[in-house]
Amino acid sequence: MAYIFQQALNALQLGSIYALIALGYTMVYGILTMINFAHGDLFMVGAFFCFLIAVYLKLSFVPTLLLSMLGVACLGVVIERFAYKPLRSAPRVSAIITALGVGLFLENFTLALSPYPKHIPQLLENITWTIGSLSISSLQIIVIALSLVLMFILDFIVHHTKAGMAMRAISWDKTIVPLMGVSVNKIISLTFAIGTGLGGAAGVMYGLAYPVIDPYMGIMVGWKAFICAVVGGIGNVRGAMIGGFILGAVEIMVAAFFPSTYRDVVAFTLLLILLIVRPYGILGKPQPQKV
Amino acid sequence: MSSIKTTYHALLAKWHTLTGHKLFWPVFMAAGLVFCIAVDTFDFVDLYLQLILIYVGINIILTVSLNLINGYMGEFSVGHAGFMAVGAYVASLLTVHVCPAGAQNLFFPLAILTGGIGAALVGFLVAIPSFKTRGDYLAIVTLAFCMIVKSILENIDAVGGPRGLLGMEKLTTLPWVFFWTALSVWVIRNLVYSNFGRGVLSIREDEIASDLMSVNTRQVKIIAFIVSSFFAGIAGGLFAHALQFINPRMFDILKSTDILIMVYLGGIGSISGSIIGAVIYTILLEVLRPMGIWRMVLMPLMLVLLMIYRPRGIMGMKEARMFTPLRDLVTEKLWRQKKKEATDATP
Amino acid sequence: MPLLEISKVMHRFEGLCAVSDFNLILKPHELIGIIGPNGAGKTTVFNLITGVYRATEGSIKLQGKELVGLTPHQITRLGIARTFQNIRLFKELSVLDNVRIAYYGQIAYTPAEALLHIGRFRAEEKRITNQALDLLAIFKLDESANEKAKNLPYGLQRRLEIARALATEPTLLLLDEPAAGMNPNEIMQLMDFIRWIRKTFSVTIILIEHQMRLVMGICERLVVLDFGATIAQGLPALIQANPKVMEAYLGQEVAS
Repeated sequence: MAYIFQQALNALQLGSIYALIALGYTMVYGILTMINFAHGDLFMVGAFFCFLIAVYLKLSFVPTLLLSMLGVACLGVVIERFAYKPLRSAPRVSAIITALGVGLFLENFTLALSPYPKHIPQLLENITWTIGSLSISSLQIIVIALSLVLMFILDFIVHHTKAGMAMRAISWDKTIVPLMGVSVNKIISLTFAIGTGLGGAAGVMYGLAYPVIDPYMGIMVGWKAFICAVVGGIGNVRGAMIGGFILGAVEIMVAAFFPSTYRDVVAFTLLLILLIVRPYGILGKPQPQKV
Repeated sequence: MSSIKTTYHALLAKWHTLTGHKLFWPVFMAAGLVFCIAVDTFDFVDLYLQLILIYVGINIILTVSLNLINGYMGEFSVGHAGFMAVGAYVASLLTVHVCPAGAQNLFFPLAILTGGIGAALVGFLVAIPSFKTRGDYLAIVTLAFCMIVKSILENIDAVGGPRGLLGMEKLTTLPWVFFWTALSVWVIRNLVYSNFGRGVLSIREDEIASDLMSVNTRQVKIIAFIVSSFFAGIAGGLFAHALQFINPRMFDILKSTDILIMVYLGGIGSISGSIIGAVIYTILLEVLRPMGIWRMVLMPLMLVLLMIYRPRGIMGMKEARMFTPLRDLVTEKLWRQKKKEATDATP
Repeated sequence: MPLLEISKVMHRFEGLCAVSDFNLILKPHELIGIIGPNGAGKTTVFNLITGVYRATEGSIKLQGKELVGLTPHQITRLGIARTFQNIRLFKELSVLDNVRIAYYGQIAYTPAEALLHIGRFRAEEKRITNQALDLLAIFKLDESANEKAKNLPYGLQRRLEIARALATEPTLLLLDEPAAGMNPNEIMQLMDFIRWIRKTFSVTIILIEHQMRLVMGICERLVVLDFGATIAQGLPALIQANPKVMEAYLGQEVAS
């Protein structure tokens, strides 16, 4: 029994991180119908910023987190402005390939500058509480709580502010929105900033939970988070959160009951089955085709 | 300036007449094959260069076959490495465990063919979800498929698990690569310029209208996926017997990404584009090798710039005249002639 | 035997009833029109006949054969073709290819023969290329055979769409707002054009249209839809005078 609770806690932790990354994908997709495949690598950059700030600026946890998020957000806005904006009217797939290119660039640039994996110093005191055979670490609680706070803030922004309303409007009709006096470029930049910022936060938290980081860590995580976003219904903010937690749960549960090498196979097969049963994701709706 | 243009056009016209001749392709192919056999037998070309040419050929097969799904049909499949893996493993297992020792050279084409068939069967499975889902959701299906294949291979110890398979003989020679590359380009070109190929294009343009114009879209999708994955499997088998060692990590999402890049670099919906993309990418990667890790920083940057200035790729949706069959042009010319004669006859 | 028999067809979308209790009996070579305000369900009827939607209830029979449950391409091969409200040509393909694709269902060679360009391949390709060019010539589009469809002027695009539909050799042709975007002069030409198509290709035609001049000019019978329900059926002159129809919709022109 306690074993299951233990794994549930692990699942929540992993799921929170996936959810934060999936949110970034889904926000950008919702607005631009573009899959930003560089997102996973921005997550990795977040972890590396965290490393640099912690080691060279020697700041404590909260400033490190905020600075890393800000750094990734700025990088995201710059990438959008220079690599994605010119392709807004090009075929969608070209934009996706560009994103892949940006991602490869980030991976290898980081690898060139930092050939060996880096170790993030401990920024948070890790207290472990034991209740019977159940052990809870303060780090887990912080990661889960912080992720939920960030997700709540995002949900609030998207559904209860004017900027969020503009974001949702753009996802429905990009051409009309500027006629309503909204600067599409500003909203898109804001969306990228928030989405990538969340990815950066996920990078920091991942770095704290699993302190050894390398430039290729974003690839698998990125593609997995993308699957989460699609499973939840791509473009749907709440769906992305659900998708993230589902994958986290599936991965931990599979690893708990099957040999660990089966983890990916079973996880992906289950997700595939889910998509076959609900082809547009859990909260997604098929785009009505007008014939 | 204009004299350069006129000379260019004059040369281009001469080129078209040359390649338009009925015997051009048979002679060119025969010459190429003879050249490759000579190179292989007498080794008057550097062994390293031979290996590069072999990889160029393999990449051409991969790129042309993926272009069928991504370029011509307008889907977004990221699972091509999975089909390649199936072909590589099947062919390798056959030559290493099934083939009687000594008969390997004779057995080789059969092994490659079986690898292709295995990949084609798997391609059929992937085609089925494509009936109901399109676009990004299909991308996920192909992505998941690729990861599942890799994971399954990692878990089966009989095929070497994560350590992989070794012991393959270096059966992939330049003549074999030339043969399979020429065959795949020819077959896929044939498909594109048939009613099934037009069906593929119509699905990309407007699937619902296509269905309503009598196109059996399911049949077309199945054919496209089977042909595409078949040749990916062939490429996989050739790859395995050039490297003489394979493991699941070689066929993960990064490999699929590589092939994607070649397709979009060369140009979607274009066979000549795929050839150009594969050649440029493979050779450029080799040429830039002295740069070390920085070449993998430069390449993506160049790709991004290319996408910004030429989003459809170098040959995007355009085809080199030498690949389009003469038949269509001839039929049309004859038809117009007949029409002219008919209108001239009636006063 | 009637060509088309639609009985008690009902179609629901997530609780909204798009078409309710639609009935129609069509004799060969008739030319009828379906009219009604925007959103009345007219295109939905076309989509139901051609199999794009599957009717929630009811039956649609073409020469006695049940169509409900068949896929669109099966229905097309049985002899029903259509055009679309917003032109749905294959934009990046040539004019010739747009028509040739419509011959897909009539091609006699197998995929294997296509892959190797052997067997019946060459003869069949020659045959359909010639047939396509002949068809284009009838519609005076053969000069632009190699133009991309998206480069044609709007009027020619509409013409191409009709030519493409006729390439499938249908017995029933469904035209969805063929007069959209046309001025009165063009509409007069279109009326002759549609009559000519019916005679030359020996087809039965159902027309959806908003342009009353066209509808009153060539349709032998009218069906009026409003909010998915059939509010009137009959001769144009009677429909014109029908108070229910006038109440629902008669455009800006009330025939005097």
